[in-house]
Amino acid sequence: MPLDRVVHRSGGVDDLRVAGLAKRFGKAGTVFSDLSFTIARGECVALVGANGTGKSTLLRCCLGLILPDAGQVALLGSDLARLSGPRRRQLRARTGLVGQKHNLVPRLSVLSNVIHGLLGRHSGPRYWWQGLAPAEARATAMAALAKVGLADLALRRADQLSGGQSQRVAIARALVCGPRFLVADEPCASLDPQAGEEVMALFMSLVKREGVTVIFTSHNVAHALRYGDRIIGLQGGRIAIDAAAKTVSAQDMAALYV
Amino acid sequence: MSEPSPPPRFARTGASGFLGYALVAVLVVWAFDGAGWSVERLLASPPRLADFMSRAWPPSTANLGRLAWKMVETLQIALAGAALGIVLSLPIALFAARGVLVGRGVNWAVRMALGFVRAVPDLVWALVFVVAVGLGPFAGMLAIVADTIGFCARFFADDMENTDPGPAEALTATGARRIDIAACAVIPAALPAFVSTALFSVEKAVRSSTILGLVGAGGIGIELKVSFDLFDYPTALTVILMIAVVVVGVEQIGAVLRRRIMGSTR
Repeated sequence: MPLDRVVHRSGGVDDLRVAGLAKRFGKAGTVFSDLSFTIARGECVALVGANGTGKSTLLRCCLGLILPDAGQVALLGSDLARLSGPRRRQLRARTGLVGQKHNLVPRLSVLSNVIHGLLGRHSGPRYWWQGLAPAEARATAMAALAKVGLADLALRRADQLSGGQSQRVAIARALVCGPRFLVADEPCASLDPQAGEEVMALFMSLVKREGVTVIFTSHNVAHALRYGDRIIGLQGGRIAIDAAAKTVSAQDMAALYV
Repeated sequence: MSEPSPPPRFARTGASGFLGYALVAVLVVWAFDGAGWSVERLLASPPRLADFMSRAWPPSTANLGRLAWKMVETLQIALAGAALGIVLSLPIALFAARGVLVGRGVNWAVRMALGFVRAVPDLVWALVFVVAVGLGPFAGMLAIVADTIGFCARFFADDMENTDPGPAEALTATGARRIDIAACAVIPAALPAFVSTALFSVEKAVRSSTILGLVGAGGIGIELKVSFDLFDYPTALTVILMIAVVVVGVEQIGAVLRRRIMGSTR
């Protein structure tokens, strides 16, 4: 389906439009095919489905980190396939990714890791290490750390943090550049239930307060229903559910994992 | 319900597997033949070795001061060459590592060039640099630089390719440039492996520098050659023992440093 024929759900601006997206990996075969959906500005979408249904692959296609085999992705109004390298970087400066494994650089300080979140807007050695960073960048990073409650751990090495603290730093890094679109791939999967609840609640309060458009994956049905404005459920490489969260039941969700 | 029978202890080798084993066996026999393998000569060697030891023992202490200075020069060649080689290896490795800074074509070209540098033995590099810059330790140092680049740049590149791609992906998603991603995510993650590789290269440089003198590229190797040429076996034994002590000492220091640095690098 061409991008201009994707229906606007909200009647407002769409931050993400996906049309006819397909991806297959060699021997693994087709991951998904003919996926089409849109995400309106400020919307929070929970992407759910069993393991192997291509949730992570879809998220990476949405950011242009993986090229799809067919279909189009328009992110923040730009068709990813038509963007040159520099233009794509400029676009990504308004996006962020929070991964399951937190993906911090373990041997660097918390503050250096958060300052790295500014690299989309500022390039060069002054942003490589907190000791060299401009005062403004340090202040911005400290403000982001304060939002996740970790300002007092700014100089601690990232590999000396607990799982929950580590994911909070990853959230601060993703938010420090003031993104408009965030992707979170199972942000609580590696955390215990208590830490997972805390991190998810913090993450969602921050992104909703700042009006960031979010698509996140989760195997936690309660999280998906509580924090998602909308649920997109994948099954067998197709969209099986695409509906407002309040209209989706836990049984509907459970059916995705059969 | 009947008990399941245990699986066979050994997997049966197929025809192609058997052919593979046979080919390796033939290759090894062929190699021994080419290397002049001789049981008679091997059995005759202990008396000759004993004769050498009887003529070399005790090691000479007559020129110990001069030999010690030559050993210091050897270490200087090794340290200077390894230091420069390690520093130059990092930017080269960035171009050789796949998926870090440049495209696959450049990666391939740089890796091929490094393969060539590595394929040329250190002694041959020393001969080349003796021709280029003249006799003496400077030629030896340049030979160590070339040898270190061939070793370090390749392993630095491998270390960078083997880092967790997660942090790099997170920075890519924020629009960071490749050079920033390399500096902030790839190099810090590979740093412990870099330190380990660099320490091995220093040990390798010390071993290499002890023989570069054989071709006039400075260091204690020339003393070894002269003492053998003059049948001055006691001095030759002194040099051999000095080399052994220094090489083993440097390896031990390297092992201690590796343990300490790997545990505390920031």
